[in-house]
Amino acid sequence: MDKAIAVEMRHITKRFGSVAANNDVSLTIRRHEILALLGENGSGKTTLMNMLSGIYFPDEGEILVNGKPVVIASPRDAFNLGIGMIHQHFKLVDVLTAAENIILGLEGRKDLKAATARIAEICNTYGFEVDPTQKIYDMSVSQKQMVEIVKVLYRGADILILDEPTAVLTPQETEKLFAVLRNMREDGKAIVIITHKMHEVEALSDRVAVLRQGAYIGEMMTKDTNAQEMTNMMVGHAVALNIVRPEPKDPSPRLEIKNLSVRSDDGILKLDDVSFTVNSGEIFGIAGIAGSGQKELLEAISGLQPIEKGDIIFHNPKKDKPVTFFHKSMKRVRELAKEGMFHDKQGKPVSFDGMSMGEIRKRVESGDVLFREDEIMDLRNKTPLEIRSLGIHLSFVPEDRLGMGLVGNMDMTDNMMLRSYRKGPQGFLDRKRPRDLAEQIIRELEVVTPGTSTPVRKLSGGNVQKVLVGREIAYTPKVLMAAYPVRGLDINSSYTIYNLLNKQKENGVAVIYVGEDLDVLLELADRILVLCGGKVSGIVPGRGADKRKIGMMMTHMGGQTDAE
Amino acid sequence: MFDFLSFLPRAVMQGIPLMYGSTGETLTEKSGNLNLGIPGIMYVGAISGVIGAFFYEASLASPADFRAFPAVLISLLCALLGSLLMGLLYCFLTVTLRANQNVTGLAMTTFGVGFGNFFGGSLIKLSGNSMPYLALSATSSAFRAYIPAADNWGWFGKLFCSYGFLAYAAIIIALVSSYVLNRTRAGLHLRAVGESPNTADAAGISVTKHKYVATCVGSMVAGLGGLYYVMDYSSGIWSNNAFGDRGWLAIALVIFTIWRPNVGVLSSILFGGLYILHMYIPTGMNLAVKELYKMIPYVVTIIVLVITSMRRKRENQPPASLGLPYFREER
Repeated sequence: MDKAIAVEMRHITKRFGSVAANNDVSLTIRRHEILALLGENGSGKTTLMNMLSGIYFPDEGEILVNGKPVVIASPRDAFNLGIGMIHQHFKLVDVLTAAENIILGLEGRKDLKAATARIAEICNTYGFEVDPTQKIYDMSVSQKQMVEIVKVLYRGADILILDEPTAVLTPQETEKLFAVLRNMREDGKAIVIITHKMHEVEALSDRVAVLRQGAYIGEMMTKDTNAQEMTNMMVGHAVALNIVRPEPKDPSPRLEIKNLSVRSDDGILKLDDVSFTVNSGEIFGIAGIAGSGQKELLEAISGLQPIEKGDIIFHNPKKDKPVTFFHKSMKRVRELAKEGMFHDKQGKPVSFDGMSMGEIRKRVESGDVLFREDEIMDLRNKTPLEIRSLGIHLSFVPEDRLGMGLVGNMDMTDNMMLRSYRKGPQGFLDRKRPRDLAEQIIRELEVVTPGTSTPVRKLSGGNVQKVLVGREIAYTPKVLMAAYPVRGLDINSSYTIYNLLNKQKENGVAVIYVGEDLDVLLELADRILVLCGGKVSGIVPGRGADKRKIGMMMTHMGGQTDAE
Repeated sequence: MFDFLSFLPRAVMQGIPLMYGSTGETLTEKSGNLNLGIPGIMYVGAISGVIGAFFYEASLASPADFRAFPAVLISLLCALLGSLLMGLLYCFLTVTLRANQNVTGLAMTTFGVGFGNFFGGSLIKLSGNSMPYLALSATSSAFRAYIPAADNWGWFGKLFCSYGFLAYAAIIIALVSSYVLNRTRAGLHLRAVGESPNTADAAGISVTKHKYVATCVGSMVAGLGGLYYVMDYSSGIWSNNAFGDRGWLAIALVIFTIWRPNVGVLSSILFGGLYILHMYIPTGMNLAVKELYKMIPYVVTIIVLVITSMRRKRENQPPASLGLPYFREER
């Protein structure tokens, strides 16, 4: 324990409104050491570090740098104390070169030659590869990160904080980064990496500190601990929430995902050979640390994300149900008739050969055209509109409510119309039905709003979510996908959402629930799929599942540690 | 035979106001402000200079008391002050109050033209001129003065030495602007503000200060273009609305030069030439053909826009945050 203390944070508390993001946290950062700050999403890791880098100011507590109490009120103060933070979202100007970005904001004459020399020196010391004349827009994510690190070092930082530095890197790039960080440690710098990836903690850090729900849980030397212990500290004990969980009623396969792989724009494999089946009448939970491919999975199913390989098979439970024009276009009905998909109540095959559109319409509306069997369709690489025109009721409650789900500046009626604007007489909008729907949602879900004509961005988070979920449920979905539907909601609103989802489940809807709170998943979901780095780490029944085991599965494939 | 020796000097003189306008607008746009008020600001610059010169000339006991230096200085300062105030107003609205830049700019153009016409009309009335224009020939001749010996230097003198000092100043200002933007730290910081105000802010660069300074300096440069137009190009004759659509042409020129003031030096002369080409090409009595010729600068601008957009080279794109107000991210 003879390593010099670089930073001491004592009894730090930071509140946002009534929520304490950090509560009485004390942390010590030492030189010649890499400290891993471990915790789940929303555990307050980034907030704590942002108080060191001058972005937030603590409500209570004190910070000592090199033994002296300091006030860090701005990023500039942090620079002057030698603290540099590399954020998840890089702060770089695309059209400028690496060197120009590195010297941005510094005083004095612009001398690119001298700057280039200094950059080369820093690169040599720590084993970076940065071309000072390369433009940022020509760089890979990993190169941009290197520029960010050099930028911080150029300003003379000797206390470095990296916020989830490997989230966007390939394994090879990660290795390169780790090598650089190790070199910096040898040079006597104090380094903090914020992460929730267990293997990085094990591979890189000397010491690990764990946060959970804004509170400091404990710290230990990495070599003295193991993955199981760290995971337990990270997820904590199971908490009883008493969420109702009815038994699924006659489940049958509704959505089959087969060997699905998805690559991001940067070419990183986000989903790797994912296969599972979701049944009707169940809530299918998806657990995983943030960025394990949850977003890509839901977007691939709903047709927003191109698929590299694999199939998404949808089973439409239509056997012996009458055909309607409510969700099927005339074109689609004719196609299906050609395929021999229809029969009448006596079981005789139905053919529309030689019939005019009017006659077909009449025949279908008589209710005597039934599906012979369930429809089975592949949704692979279909656009949302194509999926909809196939008559598939897929509802998606995205994570980004006011970005993807609703239009903040439009009122409730207009937002309802985003689902129905294609209906009604050609060229004119039917405003009455959406308004009725909006009023119905306000009534039934108890949305607190001055009226249907108030822009939805003025509503509170819980009410926005009710509007979105209400609209998606009104579409009578067969599959309902919800990504973090209770994020940012208070307890009462959360339970309203759980009840809504349970009601859908009882109606035979296949509900896919992506959550970050394991306690909720354990009590709400019938089965839980655990993702780890874009792969399926395992599928466990929700009843009687062990929270710690799921925690291990989230951080290690199949929940196995290397030691075992 | 096409008369180059009389065409080129006219093209240069036609191009100088555009050069001022586009240099000013480029400086402004580099800070992320899309100032569509430039036509109005140039107009205000012109009328402010005219007001200064008018009252200077009116205060003289007799025309023999006229001195070139105070006349030039007074109208120059008035033009700078008028356009500076317009720039400050634009900044206050768009940077401090975060009003929509397009709406603010268009309103300022309408305002500037109305302002100019109102005071222009008043001055004409004060001067007692029965014709709808105002002549400031004494001040104008001070603005148009050039080395007398140039007349003896044949084509060289006519092409290079026959202009008033504001023409040379325009070229110097454009080249200095280019140097500042590309070679100095202030220019680097300004470009960072226009490209990514978030990044600039995090690096400790004051976004508000840079936007204010760049926009106000840009407005003052553009205002000089208006002054040059009335004092030099029009020989000190002010008549309402004579300035025409030159302000818009200056904004088109910014796109044409892909945000480079040094490119603007030759481009604005080219535009000036295109603008008056119809007067030098025999088109007979057919006015419709003349109108078609007047369209050329705009057609060329559209072609440049199409080409630069198609090539998608990042350096040739407008500043990334152009037209957007800046809010500091807060939780």
